[in-house]
Amino acid sequence: MTQYTTVFGSLEDYSKGGVQIVDDDPKYYAFSNVFDVASRAAPYEKVAVGKNLEYVLEAIRAEGTSEWRATPHDEFALVMDGTVSVELLDPAVELVDPASSGSITLEGRPDGSPMGTVTAQRGHMTMLPAGKAYRMHCDGVGVVLLQTIEGPDTVYRWGDICQTF
Amino acid sequence: MTMIDEAPNSLGYRPFSVGGFTFARDEYFVTVEWPTGNHQMPVDHWLRCIQRDVAWEFFYGIVNFDSVIGTMNHYGTVDMFAGRFNEAYRRAEVDYNETFDEEELLGCFRAMLSDWTNEGYDPFAAPLETGSAFGPSSGDNDEAVTRKRVVAERMVSVPGDEPLRSDESGFPVNRAFADVDQSEPVIEAEPGYESEVCSFNLYAYLSRSDVTWNPSIVSACKESLYCPTTEEFTLPVIHGNDRVEWFVQLSDEIQWDVEDRDTGAKRARVIMKAGDVAAMPADIRHTGYSPKRSMLLVWENGSPRIPEMIAKGEAPVHPVDF
Ligand SMILES: [Fe+2]
Repeated sequence: MTQYTTVFGSLEDYSKGGVQIVDDDPKYYAFSNVFDVASRAAPYEKVAVGKNLEYVLEAIRAEGTSEWRATPHDEFALVMDGTVSVELLDPAVELVDPASSGSITLEGRPDGSPMGTVTAQRGHMTMLPAGKAYRMHCDGVGVVLLQTIEGPDTVYRWGDICQTF
Repeated sequence: MTMIDEAPNSLGYRPFSVGGFTFARDEYFVTVEWPTGNHQMPVDHWLRCIQRDVAWEFFYGIVNFDSVIGTMNHYGTVDMFAGRFNEAYRRAEVDYNETFDEEELLGCFRAMLSDWTNEGYDPFAAPLETGSAFGPSSGDNDEAVTRKRVVAERMVSVPGDEPLRSDESGFPVNRAFADVDQSEPVIEAEPGYESEVCSFNLYAYLSRSDVTWNPSIVSACKESLYCPTTEEFTLPVIHGNDRVEWFVQLSDEIQWDVEDRDTGAKRARVIMKAGDVAAMPADIRHTGYSPKRSMLLVWENGSPRIPEMIAKGEAPVHPVDF
């Protein structure tokens, strides 16, 4: 039987494809690479690599420990490189308006009950539940792709990350 | 009016009709006729196309079976067309379009899939993993053609939501993903929080997918839907979305052909490798090629506001302006 090798890519070892134009503008494809973006980002910077109306996909360089964040809706964190642990906390008081969109930064650890911890490796996807708080930690450098809604900390730098010609 | 009770032909295949369209199959081909023309397609390709339309309930926008035939979703009703997105057919005014209640066309396609799919042929499978679609009628594969599409409410593995896949549940690791790590995340939930501290191995889940080119929902952030799928060989349809759609290549490589949505003129090729992210503008159509089974994250915005925004010309054609 044929032996197949599955290629996932990583910060250390990725190669980019690209848009080959026949009659079009490459900017219309907003072509980027999650590992490329994370390799040039500050720790836990939330760089948008996808946007569909208010919804975004953020590439996050996980390095050290993140700030605590609170999210008004479910978010989903897919680890694409490294080992990233997620600490979840059920806040004692409402930290974020449930009708709002996008997660927000908190000043330190909020009061509340520990919910538990997930230790996730490449390919593992973790729910960050609505109304709760979380922080991430990575001993080395990891990459997280976050499914969320644009918020005050979403960073847009399309001109730097996308193929333009 | 749908006709699904005709007597079979000499090969054992029943003809079907819906509205002004009639469909007949022989050993190799399907023949489609409509009031202003007719068309033929290899029947394996036809079955792969109508299988996607049935599984996706016509998906988003346009599902072209080839450069002539296809469907356009209006979310409740659906158009079936011939030559509508083909410049020559339109210029010659032999293009044809008919609108159906979606259940009527789905019913016709479901009956056709059941009658025309032979034992041993699976329209969802990669060619190397299934038998032949050709020849006279022999048996059926109703188990394969009636698979339920995965639609998670929050996320796969959350208690009460879509379950994980395993050997026991009938989802062995695919031959092309034998090297994919199957370990699950370490979850340490405090008592009482077990239903909210949730995580799963998406790559292992996808390595156990038994279908190709079938985006299925694994997580939902409000209307933002992660629809990953495993791809091998070609996307049978040429998808012309009505809204911007995004791809994240999770593993391996897919090459996309991108054409103008209305005329079919070539606009670009998009080469996607692991970690690459690209949008598909709302005015194109695309088909993909995956030489090795790969994992593709299709990211859709399922907002019910979008059809209205499209009607008013308010939906963006391009993903972002910069
Ligand atoms: Fe598509």
